[in-house]
Order: sequence, then C-alpha cells, then structure tokens
Amino acid sequence: MAENSTVHFIISRQDSPDSEPYQEEFHVPYRPNMNVISALMEIRRNPVNAEGKETSPITWDMNCLEEVCGACSMIINGKPRQSCSAIVDQLEQPIRLEPMRTFPVVRDLQVDRSRMFDSLKKVKAWIPIDGTYDLGPGPRMPEVKRQWAYELSKCMTCGVCLEACPNVNSKSNFIGPAPLSQVRLFNAHPTGEMNKAERLNAIMEDGGLTNCGNSQNCVQSCPKGIPLTTSIAALNRDTTLQSFKNFFGSDQV
Amino acid sequence: MAGNREYFYRRLHSLLGVIPVGLFLIQHLVVNHFATKGADSFNKAAHFMESLPFRYVLEIFVIFLPLLFHAIYGIYIAFTAKNNASRYNFFRNWMFVLQRFTGIVTLIFVVWHVWETRIAAAFGAEVNFNMMENILSNPFMLWFYIIGVVSTIFHFANGLWSFAVSWGITVTPRSQLISTYVTIGIFIALSIVGIRAIFAFVS
Repeated sequence: MAENSTVHFIISRQDSPDSEPYQEEFHVPYRPNMNVISALMEIRRNPVNAEGKETSPITWDMNCLEEVCGACSMIINGKPRQSCSAIVDQLEQPIRLEPMRTFPVVRDLQVDRSRMFDSLKKVKAWIPIDGTYDLGPGPRMPEVKRQWAYELSKCMTCGVCLEACPNVNSKSNFIGPAPLSQVRLFNAHPTGEMNKAERLNAIMEDGGLTNCGNSQNCVQSCPKGIPLTTSIAALNRDTTLQSFKNFFGSDQV
Repeated sequence: MAGNREYFYRRLHSLLGVIPVGLFLIQHLVVNHFATKGADSFNKAAHFMESLPFRYVLEIFVIFLPLLFHAIYGIYIAFTAKNNASRYNFFRNWMFVLQRFTGIVTLIFVVWHVWETRIAAAFGAEVNFNMMENILSNPFMLWFYIIGVVSTIFHFANGLWSFAVSWGITVTPRSQLISTYVTIGIFIALSIVGIRAIFAFVS
C-alpha cells in the first residue's frame, strides 16, 4: 500500500568544495504530492541511506519554496530546474540529484552563485535615481511596455541558463544569458534608458555579449520562459549601433 | 581599452566569415561549376581567375588574411565550448555543435586543398581540369573532397544564420525561424553546385 512505498533517490554528494564527489542512494517514504525538497527534508529528519547506514544529512539551498527565488536550483534527472517545483509524482525513478557544477559546489547540492550577482553589478542592472535634490517623477511608462517588461523582470537569477549554456564553463569568462537579459530590461525602462550606453558598454567588455554562440539552450531551459535569445539578439543590434557611435562619434548623446 | 578586444575580435570573426570569405566561397563554387560544361570551359574560367589584375593583392586581402584570422580565432572559439547536446537535445544546440565540428573539418580540408592546388601552383604545377581529374580519380580523395565541400557549405550556411543574429539583423524568434529555412535552402542549393562540380571531374 501507499504507506509502505518509497521513493528511490540517487544523490551526488560532496563533503567540501575541493573534495571528490560521490553518490549515495536513499529510499524515502512516499507521501502524496511530495516534491524533491520535502524528500530532502525527510532525509534530513532521518539521515539513513539505502544500505541502512546512518549518514550525514544532505546540504542544499532553498528559500521561497514557490519557484520565485531561484535558490533551490539543482540538476534533477539531467535537467537543471528548481527542486521546489519538481513534483515526485511527475519524475521518473530513480530520481537523480546533482549540483549545478557550472558554479562552485559548496557542499552536496549547494552551489555558490555569487558570480551571477557580480555580473549584475558589472552590467549595472539597476536604475540610478538618487540625487542631491528631489529629481521629481520620472517619465511615464506605457502600460503595454510595462507588461512586456514584466516578462523580463521574472528572472530570479537561478542559474539554470548558465548551467545549460555550452559557452559558460571553466575555459571561458562568459557572464551568461541572465545578466544580459537584465540589461535589456533596464534599458527598456524610461528612466533606466538614460544610462543605456553605460550598460551596453559594460556588456561589450571581455566575457560579455559576443561570447554567445547561439546554441539557444538558455531559452529552452529557462523556468520562467524569459525570451533570453530574443534579448541577446536585440542587444546584438543595440551594441552594433553603440560600437559605431563609440568609434565614429554621434550627433546624439 | 587594452585587454577588452574580445568584442571586436568576435564581431570581426563573424563579419570576415561572410565578407569576404563567404563571398569567395560562392565565387569559387560557381567557377568550379564550369567543369560540368567540359574541360575547356573549366580551364578557360580558371585561367580567367588566374589572370585577374592585382591577383596577389586580391588573394592576400580577400582570401588568405581573412581566412587565416577566421580559422585561428575559430579554433579558439570551438575549443572554449563545452558541448552538451546529449543532455540538451535541441535543434539549435545540435547546430551549435555542428558549426564547431564542421569548422574544424573545413579547416583540415582547406589546408590540404590549398597545399595541393595553390601552393603546388606556386611551385610550378598547373591548376587545370587534368589536375583535379587526377586528384579525384583516387576514391579516398573523392570522398575527402565531398565531405570537405559539404562541410564547408554547411559551415557557411549555418554561419550566415548566426551572422544575422550576431549583428542584430534577425531578433525575433519568427525572423530567426525564417532565416533557418532560408539558410537550409542556401545549404542545399550550394551543395548541389559543389557536388555536381566534383562529379564533373570524375568520368
């Protein structure tokens, strides 16, 4: 019966950032509607592996539990995705969990996504509104454009697009699709547009936009359905114009 | 600015692949196609190309230097990728892998082809119908040429697709889909031209 059935997990583990990864198997008691995180929580409650030996609980990252924070991303049955929205009933068993090794592994399934946040700083993914006096209200944004921009703003810096990208790896310094698409978002904002050139120049530096090799895995893998490759192509157009302006000068600021 | 040349090099790589290297490829395939009209016709066309004014200037600036940059920077690009098409089994990802694979195949083919024809010519050999007939009478070389030519044309056609993306010409998914069909058409059309020319030397 249902209370006796278990879910089979094969989990890739790693004790420290520099130690060798190894696999450990678990049989977790099945509960209806369970997701990968609730299974990991069950292992944490009762850290006994498939051989019946007591082991250390699995380390992983999580926060919102509703697929908006991006923290619990990992590779589940070969696909990078959020473990909170990975429903056990919809997964083939054994369920294989691995960390996203594009990022430095901290321990077990936990990775360090700092590089993504550094990239957001590098491309100036914000709108500067501070002044020494009240600058007043900014220009209005048309409602249709706001709705369009909302789709780009859904990015939760989860790292799935970087994991899927063949050009984001230890041999390259490509910042990846996510921070690039944020440049398009902030350049589309009527106030953000005032610093458009700064952001375009930032992504024209080493490790920037031109590292994209158009494999388009990012747009296929993005859990939020963000049109990443459209953003990249649109930025290709913008940077083409920006590079002409930089080289030849322009009649416009 | 120094140390931030990557944007420039990548864009230059993309541009040179189409202008002039891609245009030269089309011209070369068209001239080869004279072989289908017989040995005399081919020899006349080849002789005309050989006797173009400013031949060395044209060869150096339209063919060798752009090709050399495209090839060397291309090797760097190909080997910085970590191909993952087995895990991410998408059409464009396969095109990404094939673009890098055909780039390397094309480089091997072109190096051999230049050695066997242009460099041989510099040492006194005459490039004409008979020369190609001799080369292609060897079944191994026939297959080497077929694979080399098709690989080159694939690399050009698919490169044209990514050229349009890289320069911001095709931005939307629909425009990229249409350019996929257009470049597949270019691949098929040029392959027919190339293969027909090869078989014209085999009798």
